Amino acid sequence: MPAARLEVRNLCAGYGPTRIISDMTFQAAAGERLAILGRNGMGKTTLLATLMGIATQQGGRIVFGDSDVTGLATSLRARLGAGYVPQNRDIFPSLTVEENLSAGLKGRPRAALDEAYVLFPRLAERRRHFGLQLSGGEQQMLAMARTLLGHPSILLLDEPLEGLAPVICDELMEAITQLGTGGHVTVLLVEQQIERALDFADRVLVLERGRAAWQGPAAGLRSDRALVERLLGVGVH
Amino acid sequence: MTIASARPAPASRLKVRPAAEARGVLVIIALGLVGYFVFPDDLAFLTRLITIALLVISLDLVTGYCGVATLGQAAMFGVGAYAVGNACLAGLTDPVMLLFVGMAAGAAAGLASGALITRFHGLPQLVLSIALGQLVGALANKLSGWTGGSDGLSGITPSPVLGLFAFDLYSRTAYVFSLVVLALVFALLLRFMRSPFGLLCRGIRDDALRARMIGAAVYPRLVIMYGLSGAVAGIGGALAAITTGVVGLDSVSFERSAEALVMLVLGGTGTLWGALTGALVFQIFEHFVAATNPFHWMSMVGLLLIVIVVFAPRGLAHGAAVLWARLRVRGAAP
Repeated sequence: MPAARLEVRNLCAGYGPTRIISDMTFQAAAGERLAILGRNGMGKTTLLATLMGIATQQGGRIVFGDSDVTGLATSLRARLGAGYVPQNRDIFPSLTVEENLSAGLKGRPRAALDEAYVLFPRLAERRRHFGLQLSGGEQQMLAMARTLLGHPSILLLDEPLEGLAPVICDELMEAITQLGTGGHVTVLLVEQQIERALDFADRVLVLERGRAAWQGPAAGLRSDRALVERLLGVGVH
Repeated sequence: MTIASARPAPASRLKVRPAAEARGVLVIIALGLVGYFVFPDDLAFLTRLITIALLVISLDLVTGYCGVATLGQAAMFGVGAYAVGNACLAGLTDPVMLLFVGMAAGAAAGLASGALITRFHGLPQLVLSIALGQLVGALANKLSGWTGGSDGLSGITPSPVLGLFAFDLYSRTAYVFSLVVLALVFALLLRFMRSPFGLLCRGIRDDALRARMIGAAVYPRLVIMYGLSGAVAGIGGALAAITTGVVGLDSVSFERSAEALVMLVLGGTGTLWGALTGALVFQIFEHFVAATNPFHWMSMVGLLLIVIVVFAPRGLAHGAAVLWARLRVRGAAP
């Protein structure tokens, strides 16, 4: 599936009656790399969950490419091209690595599994191991590889580096960068490691209390240390 | 997007292995031959064992693979059996055609009950399955024109298999016919459950939301699996009707459903081998203990169940696999 544009207009969302996201509007062009930054509890995870139809959308519109997906079921959004790798490493624990990958083929031939092994050779070594037997980093690789096998047009990554050793973070970021380069897929990356996220992204959306506090080019945010300090409470080197 | 372009592709190790299906057929045929030559006087019992094994396997498809709790599986077995009985009495006597009748009736019953049961979870789901099972049992009792009521449906006399092998008094034809059907169904199911569809069903059992996030529509998938499960149970019921010539109310009873669940837990849920093992071990143990000690056999069966659940809580198949792995490790150690 080719990369698709994402448009979010006046989005209000949360869990049940509780509102977390308020009146949020932003766009990501097809093939763009958008980092979503913000302090803890600002609504980053809720935003991605709402885009997938998991959290409750209370108002506004979400458009993938030319399709308005507002109100659509999660599985239909996935079939329309959304690939979501959530924070809690989305794998099936009772399936082996290879079975987990096969489950995400969406009708493609089994030979397509090689694509996942090329991206993460470590998974090839562990292909007969069950999901629960993998380390955190390997589980993250598996979750990401399985999502990618479905050829998403919009990839939503929620803190893929959380809790992982620096060497694994490097490996994962290399894979993510490789994916995002060339404009084959639109990537939304939620990440707490600001430096890595800014290195990766074309544009940045910063959330504050469920609202879009700032959006613009990554280079613009990087060069304005005072702005970074105010929005994110951290320094960038 | 192509993610294969960055590095040279590893040699494809991902061939679909027909070995598992071939191994399944070979093991079942080998066990069947042992049964045929070692217990030639018990072929009727062994034939019944196969029909019940199909019921347990069908239960595994929904309970073991999809996590759907049910205590009404015998309803689909019974619907298949009654459909075959009526078809045979109406003049359709070819055993292979009758198998298809049983399969279709079981699948229809599975789809209808699955469409309702899979909308719910946990205890409501279990209660619904019991209610539907009881409903089918009550209907079987009332619709005596179709089912023979409490007297059962009798006089079912299928023609020879393939026009060559007539059903004999010693159950030889019945046994071999049932064995071949079991081997074929087992091999096809092994294949199917390794397909992306089957794997996603196991994924749904692990976490339905995760399955949705990768594009799986959970409800239709579960209904389809219920239909498949009904088809397999229907084949079991069809074999029971064809090989015994009668269909009684016991074929749709709650006790049969509950017994099938016990056999499945005993053998191990979520693997076809577990379902087969549970069905074989339970029925063989029950058969021989009942013959050896007619007064206390039920107590002994109860004790066996307690021992197995305590020492192999994930079932005999899993327990045997763990034991085998330990022995291999010990054998490999210096």
